[in-house]
Amino acid sequence: MTTAVAPTGAAPPASRTSKPPMGRKGMKSMYPSWFYIPAAVLFIIFFAVPTFSSFYFSLTRWTLFDVQFIGFDNFIAFFQEPQLVTAFINTFIYGFVTSASKVVLGLALALLLTGPILGRGYLRGVIFFPVLVSTIGVGFTFKALLDPFHGIVNNVLGFMNLPQPGWYTDPNLALLTVAAVDVWKGVGIATLIFMAGIVAIPHEYFEAARMDGAGAWSVFRNITLPLVRPATATVIILSLIGGLRSFDLIWAITKGGPGFTSDVIASVIYKQYQAGFFGLSTAGNVILFIVVIAVMVPVSLFLNRKQDEL
Amino acid sequence: MTFRRWIRKYLIGIIAILVSIVVFLVPFAFVILQAAKDPREAGLVTFSLPTEWQLWENFIAVVSANDYNFVLALFNSVVLTVASVTIMVVFAAMVGYVLQRKRTKLNAYINFLVLAALIVPPAVLPTIWVLQGVGLFKTLPGLILVEATFGLAFCILLFRAFVATIPKELDEAAIIDGAGPIRLFFGVVLPLLKPVIVTVIVVQAVNVFSNFQNPLYFLPGSDTPTVQLALYNYQSQTVSQFNLLFMYVLLVTIPPLIMYIFFNRQIVAGMTSGAVKG
Repeated sequence: MTTAVAPTGAAPPASRTSKPPMGRKGMKSMYPSWFYIPAAVLFIIFFAVPTFSSFYFSLTRWTLFDVQFIGFDNFIAFFQEPQLVTAFINTFIYGFVTSASKVVLGLALALLLTGPILGRGYLRGVIFFPVLVSTIGVGFTFKALLDPFHGIVNNVLGFMNLPQPGWYTDPNLALLTVAAVDVWKGVGIATLIFMAGIVAIPHEYFEAARMDGAGAWSVFRNITLPLVRPATATVIILSLIGGLRSFDLIWAITKGGPGFTSDVIASVIYKQYQAGFFGLSTAGNVILFIVVIAVMVPVSLFLNRKQDEL
Repeated sequence: MTFRRWIRKYLIGIIAILVSIVVFLVPFAFVILQAAKDPREAGLVTFSLPTEWQLWENFIAVVSANDYNFVLALFNSVVLTVASVTIMVVFAAMVGYVLQRKRTKLNAYINFLVLAALIVPPAVLPTIWVLQGVGLFKTLPGLILVEATFGLAFCILLFRAFVATIPKELDEAAIIDGAGPIRLFFGVVLPLLKPVIVTVIVVQAVNVFSNFQNPLYFLPGSDTPTVQLALYNYQSQTVSQFNLLFMYVLLVTIPPLIMYIFFNRQIVAGMTSGAVKG
């Protein structure tokens, strides 16, 4: 720990005695490469080492004290258990549902909130507010609100003679319910990023389009949508990364249940860890690693290529 | 103002406000109302005013429960947040600054590592193994270093984007005035980074303070948990006392809220310069 913090105190001895360095070479030495070191030390110890060793530990039966190499047995076990395969598929569903909803809703809200609208400041504040609340707190709150028997949501639905689904007790609904709460909590960030993107579009474009007689839809389709692309890329990438790794909310609301119907890879990792199967748990981590890379690399390549074409 | 614009401004505005009340304010009102009820009323989980307001009694009950465990947890969370965010700001600013200013062959590799760290999910159990190896498992310093590491990549991206907006002439002027690399960075550049530092502090402070997964893994069974972990454990102890549970939720929400109220505008400005263009 001390080694990680210490380098900030060290000062290069040369700067006092020598004349002010000038010219190309001098300028370069003003940006010392050792500025990378403190971050690099943390990165190597707490990120790179665990990541690389996870490939080894995923091939072992492991108790933190005792390591026994067993080859690909963990991965075979993972894909032979039906509930773990469910978790694998759920991870994709959860990631894509939350990400797509955040893009659509975030863009719609950002359009609304960058236009002339009553109570704009209030609306901006209130949409961003859930971002601040602890995920666990949000989970407990919605667990109470969506309670199948006592919850307000179902009471209101019952009052209107509508069906009252068991939001997180119905195996077909549980995962989507959690995803919906996730969107509720996170749409504020998407909206903020889209708002920043829309505000950055030069006003002349809109004026020119209006002069040419373009309607609202055609302005959106031909000007806003293409020019807000960097923001769209940011929102998609951030929400996909978050969605594929999601754990807190699922754990707070359903713990992967009922049965294993709302399990995702991250919750399986925790369950296997709790059960003491450290090797299997780490194999889950490697699978999550592969899933995230397999999704993110093509997605970000696609988004960046489109950006270059503009 | 044309009729269409009038409709857009007022009609849609009123609809949006009504929807926002149902979708966003009702859940928060619910938390506050629950936190003010007695255990029996709260147990009904209805959306109603408490017959008797007990906010203060419930507050005392939550704070004093388990030998003032909440106070200890809050202290831990604050230490964790301040320490890890400080490390993130200083270390990431140093990297972002040199990465933007100095063009060498190293840049491509570092940029790749930063992106990789942003995308790749951390390997939790091997991290526990490393923490055990350095003797920091189940300790606050261990969690501080882990949180700082996980936040670095995002901060570096924001800093790198922002440094690009600071003219290089300023560096040259400082050098001519005789500043060395340390003085140039800490004395000249770092103060200029203030807007993005505020963004980084707010975003990461909320992240670290609200994070549940990392304390769950790296401070398991701890007597000195963070507030999120304590809230999670509290829920199992107070099965029939929803009023206390929601008082806890309310208390945990207040610190990030205060931060947001103070720094609201800077967050938007910082995100605009960093997240979209960067």
